[in-house]
Amino acid sequence: MEEKQNSLTFQDFSQSVLKPETREDISLIIQECYKKNIPIEVNCLQSKKNIGRNFQAEKTLNLSNYRGIIEYKPEELYIKVKAGTSIKEIKIELDKHNQQLAFEPNDFGLLFKGNQDEGSIGGVVSCNFAGSRRFKVGSVRDHVLGFQGINGRGETIKSGGTVVKNVTGYDLSKILSGSFGTLTVLTEISIKVLPKPSSSKTLVIKNPHLMKALGYLNISLSSSSDPSGGVFYPEYFTNHFTFNDLTHEGPLTAIRIEGPKESIDHRIKNLCKELELNIDESLVLENEQSKILWEKTRTLEVFSKMKSNLLRIVVPPSETFAVIKQIKSHEPKYFIDWGGSLIWLQLDKINTKILNDIRKIVNRASGYLTAIKIEEDLKASVDIFSVDPVKYKISEKLKKSFDPKRILNPGKMYSGI
Amino acid sequence: MPKVEKSIISNRDKIVSDLAKIVKLENILSHQDEMRPYETDALAVYTQSPMLVVLPETVKEVSEILKYCNENKIKVVPRGAGTGLSGGALPLEDCILLAMGKFNKILELDYKNRCVVTQPCVTNLAITQAVQDKGFYYAPDPSSQIACSIGGNVAENSGGVHSLKYGATTNNLLGIEIVLMDGTITRFGGKVMDSEGYDFLGLMTGSEGLLGVVTEVTVKILKTPEVIKAALIGFPSIEDAGNCVAQIIAKGCIPAGMEIMDKALLKATNDFCKAGYPTDAEAMMIIEFDGSEFEVESHIKTAEKIAQENNSSSIKTSKSNEERLKFWSGRKAAFPACGDLAPDYLCMDGSIPRGKLAEVLKEINNLSKKYKLPVANAFHAGDGNLHPLIMFDASDKDQLRRCEEFGADILKYCVKVGGALTGEHGVGIEKRELMCEAFNDTDIQQQLKIKVALDPNSLLNPGKVYPILRKCAEEGRVHVHGGKTKFPDIPRF
Repeated sequence: MEEKQNSLTFQDFSQSVLKPETREDISLIIQECYKKNIPIEVNCLQSKKNIGRNFQAEKTLNLSNYRGIIEYKPEELYIKVKAGTSIKEIKIELDKHNQQLAFEPNDFGLLFKGNQDEGSIGGVVSCNFAGSRRFKVGSVRDHVLGFQGINGRGETIKSGGTVVKNVTGYDLSKILSGSFGTLTVLTEISIKVLPKPSSSKTLVIKNPHLMKALGYLNISLSSSSDPSGGVFYPEYFTNHFTFNDLTHEGPLTAIRIEGPKESIDHRIKNLCKELELNIDESLVLENEQSKILWEKTRTLEVFSKMKSNLLRIVVPPSETFAVIKQIKSHEPKYFIDWGGSLIWLQLDKINTKILNDIRKIVNRASGYLTAIKIEEDLKASVDIFSVDPVKYKISEKLKKSFDPKRILNPGKMYSGI
Repeated sequence: MPKVEKSIISNRDKIVSDLAKIVKLENILSHQDEMRPYETDALAVYTQSPMLVVLPETVKEVSEILKYCNENKIKVVPRGAGTGLSGGALPLEDCILLAMGKFNKILELDYKNRCVVTQPCVTNLAITQAVQDKGFYYAPDPSSQIACSIGGNVAENSGGVHSLKYGATTNNLLGIEIVLMDGTITRFGGKVMDSEGYDFLGLMTGSEGLLGVVTEVTVKILKTPEVIKAALIGFPSIEDAGNCVAQIIAKGCIPAGMEIMDKALLKATNDFCKAGYPTDAEAMMIIEFDGSEFEVESHIKTAEKIAQENNSSSIKTSKSNEERLKFWSGRKAAFPACGDLAPDYLCMDGSIPRGKLAEVLKEINNLSKKYKLPVANAFHAGDGNLHPLIMFDASDKDQLRRCEEFGADILKYCVKVGGALTGEHGVGIEKRELMCEAFNDTDIQQQLKIKVALDPNSLLNPGKVYPILRKCAEEGRVHVHGGKTKFPDIPRF
């Protein structure tokens, strides 16, 4: 064991917010909490702090001072960073080698704070919300090659590594991705990076109604045109999509094609044929304007500064139409991402009954619903995440194996876990 | 292996009659002759007859068997097609071998959601075959894909030649139905991406049958690329080939597959099947790109240019699909070809950073001299997965000992340069004692705590993956005698 065994060398433990700069200090803080049974909130840049249940914690472990790039090997396609490193800092480094985080994580800054803030890599991995490229390249969890972290006993643990192929032991990188800091405090993360596509264009189809749009998305994703994004925006968001080359008013379907320029033109041509589009029905957004559209999607711009509630619904694409139809009576505003599978749904009015009704509809369609933003007074009485009794029991056992005294973000995901 | 419970074995007749209340009597095999095919998987160096073999037909039967075994403290070893290379399905003397062979039907081809729902003992290749007429395929393609089961792929997180671009099993799974040791039947994931809550699907994938028994699998299927092309490139040194790999990746070209063979293997392969490989080269690369025609052409050009800058001695691009498949057929014959060179060979499976290839191969050659045993190397260069083949004669006990020490030294070196003990074959029984090279006590204890959380009596596939006594004994690897593997028809690469 590398940890210092002496008493806390870190700043005074009596402070309520602790901002350690070394892994040894993080470990000592958790050991202290473990010994004294002190629940601790784990966060970093707090861009996604409002997602999840509210819970009581005596201490806060803020990882924003534990940041920096440890190792970046562009030719090995990975970057190893401290968990508190901001996505912004990582992107600046990757830009230098024309590489990217291909899972394009959602940015919740506009939604919660009114300005863009992607947060830290630790937060992004802990929440596992991947952007529009999800169906092509996988989720955040698919890009986590390995990690080092501190479990609820204050012990340093690791799993995975920096190589893509590794089947040594259980794949703990997966179980920590999307665990909202409830199992282990991530300290170091190795992330797979990929080359940026040399160019990007977006085929925009004007004025499709929902069913038609889902049909276009389905054909595109099942074609060999290899799209890397597929969204549908209904007419009420039209004012967000007025660009130089996009002036029409009304609903739109957008399909992104990336790669070498000649290849893109060829694929878009083939796709238009497959979709049987007339010339006046569609247009193509070139590189920069294409990027703007997908950036607006990634940052959920259409919901920026929104005071009301936002639900994230994922269903099999074949169920999307029926689900939206059934929810329609609640007068939602929504847009569709992931080529037809992900519904971002805004509701002005919500109560426990409405949320439960919608969750039932989604569950019947073999999907799931996460309440991303919800009125504070409702938060305590509703389930933010869906869970059935069997999975709850297994989740409880898993939590205990990492964090037996329930000190790490207790109750953040489920009551009692 | 875990202590044999003699009391369980002496109770065998009672166990048979109890199990006969759960499954049909003909699905319980208890005679030595009937059980012989189940004594080993493709790591044939280890054999052990189980106490009983049971072949359930429904998920309810699986659940009841596990519940019964849990209550009566009987060990269970799950088995798919038995093609695993690390001994993951090796029976224990006092275990029930749960053979999933009757779960062999594809349940649903769902093109609208681009997925296939299947029972676990359907072969990997059968999934692609079921959807290829509609222009789809299932991406992970382990070399044993004609025989290995998709349930086994989930247990081992199997890869294949194309995993750099398309990922391994874990990246292509949407959902599983699984039975836990206490008989609980549950589903993780489904037909949706990224199920909510803890990612149990990710945890179960690659858990080598220690956490549950998979009874249904949902995989995503992809549209077949418009064009696939491959090139054969010869190099005057392994360093040049290694540099070429790193530079192609750094340039932003992600090939669908990228393989390297060293001179020893190149020569053996060519002598074996006259593949037309450049035998004067010190190393040869097979590189494959897929996508639209323009994309593939432009990547091939880039790769050729980089190869020339790295002193390539020859370049041949496939002109037709037949020619492309011929390039690969030689590569797939690489392992049988080694069978011609020596009475036995041991196939290793280490993962290394791509840039360390030349260094690791140099070390392997040094070790070859030290242990006085010849070695040939195949390398999934795209994703850093190395398969050294150590040639020896197992009838010579000293050679066997040297060979096993040699193999363990290679894996230790893989870990030392930042790689992993196993890239795709799994830990199983084979590399169990080397786990402490990759993990310290705390790491292993954390993993064991997860095991205990889901299987408190440690009855499901015990003795696999995790060292029982913390000793770093070096044990055997994939051992092939006289060119005869358990499945001689299956290509291994």
